[in-house]
Amino acid sequence: MPSDDEALLSVTGLEVSFRTHEGLRPVVHGVDLRVARGERVAVVGESGSGKSTTAAAVIGLLPGTGTVSGGRVSFAGEDVTHADEKRLQRLRGREIGLIPQDPMSNLNPATRVGHQVAETLLAHRLAGRSAARKRAVELLGEAGIPEPERRYRQYPHELSGGLRQRVLIAIALACEPDLLIADEPTSALDVTVQRGILDHLERLRAERGASLLFVTHDLGLAADRADRVVVMSQGRIVEEGPAARILREPQHEYTKALVAAAPSLASARAAREAAATPDAAPAGSGSEPILVVDDLVRSFRIRGRSERLTAVDHVSFEVRPGTTTAVVGESGSGKTTLARLVLGLDTPDAGEVRVDSEHVATATGARRRAIRRAMQPVFQDPYASLDPMFTVEHLVDEPLRVFKVGDRASRRSRVAELLDHVALPRSVAQRHPTELSGGQRQRVAIARALALEPRLMVCDEAVSALDVLVQDQILTLLGDLQRDLGLTYLFITHDLAVVRLVAHDVVVMQQGTVVESGPVEAVFDAPEAGYTRELLAAIPGAGLVS
Amino acid sequence: MSQAVTDTAAVDLGRERGRVLRQLARNPLGLVGGGLLLVVVLVAIFAPLLAPYSPTTVHFDAPFQRPFTVGYALGTDDLGRDVLSRLIYGTRASLLVGLLSVLLAVVVGTPLGLVAGYWRGCDAVVSRLTDLTLAFPFLIIAVGLAAITGASLTNAAIALGIAQVPTMIRVVRAETLRHKELEFVLAARSLDASGPRILAQHILPNAASAIIVQATVVMPVAVIGEALLSFLGLGIQPPTPSLGIMLADAQQYIFRAPTAAVFPGVTIAVICLAFNLFGDALRDALDPNAQR
Repeated sequence: MPSDDEALLSVTGLEVSFRTHEGLRPVVHGVDLRVARGERVAVVGESGSGKSTTAAAVIGLLPGTGTVSGGRVSFAGEDVTHADEKRLQRLRGREIGLIPQDPMSNLNPATRVGHQVAETLLAHRLAGRSAARKRAVELLGEAGIPEPERRYRQYPHELSGGLRQRVLIAIALACEPDLLIADEPTSALDVTVQRGILDHLERLRAERGASLLFVTHDLGLAADRADRVVVMSQGRIVEEGPAARILREPQHEYTKALVAAAPSLASARAAREAAATPDAAPAGSGSEPILVVDDLVRSFRIRGRSERLTAVDHVSFEVRPGTTTAVVGESGSGKTTLARLVLGLDTPDAGEVRVDSEHVATATGARRRAIRRAMQPVFQDPYASLDPMFTVEHLVDEPLRVFKVGDRASRRSRVAELLDHVALPRSVAQRHPTELSGGQRQRVAIARALALEPRLMVCDEAVSALDVLVQDQILTLLGDLQRDLGLTYLFITHDLAVVRLVAHDVVVMQQGTVVESGPVEAVFDAPEAGYTRELLAAIPGAGLVS
Repeated sequence: MSQAVTDTAAVDLGRERGRVLRQLARNPLGLVGGGLLLVVVLVAIFAPLLAPYSPTTVHFDAPFQRPFTVGYALGTDDLGRDVLSRLIYGTRASLLVGLLSVLLAVVVGTPLGLVAGYWRGCDAVVSRLTDLTLAFPFLIIAVGLAAITGASLTNAAIALGIAQVPTMIRVVRAETLRHKELEFVLAARSLDASGPRILAQHILPNAASAIIVQATVVMPVAVIGEALLSFLGLGIQPPTPSLGIMLADAQQYIFRAPTAAVFPGVTIAVICLAFNLFGDALRDALDPNAQR
């Protein structure tokens, strides 16, 4: 094959299987992948698509019982499919640098970060002890870590998530590899941090002329950061091509669905449509707000320190009935504390939350029950928000049982009705949540929240843990429910792209304070705060839809 | 809204209970443990049917019979009592004491652990009491109980049970702390479900597997504890058979009839091994994260 000569990495007909008690089960079926010298290739897919498994097979790091059961992997013309451990060790680090996903678990917590960079150089005998130390400090600096001399001596827990990811980048680049494999390198980080790190990574890669294999679930991000995009689904490549073409003219059904569902891309389209058509006034404008957050303050004592951390700092906003208000902010902005205060799961130090003019923190008896019936939560993690011991029916009718609504038969028919509302078959009623997928579980959580016919739903990162296509379905469902039942949403999220899709009003939070709030169009089209502008610019892929 | 649910993620059709049994069946050591356990429990239950003689019947004509003599499969002791019959009844007594003390540990430890884990204020009190109890060697408690109310099977079980309560409290408290921050508990709290309701309906069922596993850990400790107390004369009183008493008796004649000490010792070891193996397998099977 002549093309193999130019390709740095060439994967042909790769099949990866996992050994189970029922025999070998293939999860990657005949994947062909080429990365030329200096090229940036992104592999995009949902969880379970085999994208990370493919990347792991390339460097011989398949987890557990995984084995390459067919096909060929060659690197720089050399067949490394079944290379021995010694060859693979030289391959990893020296020729292929890996930037792993989770900066929390991929650094040794008991070793200074500088040593971990120097160790890579020592392990590959690229430098002596003192030279390695000197080079490691340089590498930390190059990876964009301020004061590398001081950071060298620190432990991973002393660094923020973004800095840890930069340390991992320094380790991956230490031996000047020809190919970098980045497996969801920034998925655990805030968008603004993600942007800074990826910009920096791109600069370092370009200087070195290295190739990049970028594994991600985010199509927008892939298109931003790669020359060529490979779309995987269920262990197969369904489509590949130049980034811009994949986004503008997707050929395969799956890619089309993915492009349509990606919030970053969809929100860019929404922006154009909004500009074209005059926006209809959302329902309920002008009427009494259903939720009022008034000068709310909540601070926490931090162990071992004298000053308190103010998680929510004089926050005020109102939510009009029948609309969606999004609270958006990065980690540490206080949005989750705010959600708990609104739900009455925590008590504010000062200020108040009012639902239908009733004070959430102080209401008792019948008034408190009225608030509970008016406001229900949907949480982030569909795996943690449903009690695994309960059946779906038991889960959905729990609110009815707590509030002693109806008898057994009427509750049963209400559950069936609620399952219809969230487009789940009635047959799931007798199932346990462990038997359902993430999206189905989130539908059950929504059904439970709907049981008492609330008017206000507090969605705390309700779609953040879901794959793009499922996320799109749940957002559609929430939109339908709002239209049919006149629901009001307080939608708490870190994802600005989702905000653009679903919200009427937006509240932008940073470090406990509100930096900007107002109608979505106003905030997105003419952001006033610098922080909002920064957040908006960090949405990946937005520039590619035109 | 007739849109079909098109989630592609795998839907596991197996029920939880079926999965646990399948996991257990795949663990060979667990099967051995389970088999031994079944035998031990059956022996204890059907002791009167299985034992060839009454454990207290004295055969003055046949003391110190060797094992495998006709009529006395495992020989006789110094008073000519049948060793096999005494072993069978001794096993029964050991399991009874074990069961009673586990019951005590679960019945006292579980509610205290739940309360301590859920309410911070209670935690301060319960945890200090736990520390206090842990600081007392259980032997002192046993001696004290025996001094006040006299040595008996019940008192041995109570002393052993009290000794296990603090560990049970800690296990249940840890499980409660872990579960109370999960979102399904937050969801129940946003319904204003009461604390007892949340503990009974959500946290206890989820902590049950940890409690069961802890019970299988407590059981062999209690069996050994009963043997120890009876050996020292603080537990079951002669002539009622107990593995500990048999060991104590055999000690006096260790050179004349060494096998009399071997059989109860081996029986204690087998009972403990059965519980330990089965408990280990059960822990692996109940832990959804430990699947191979």
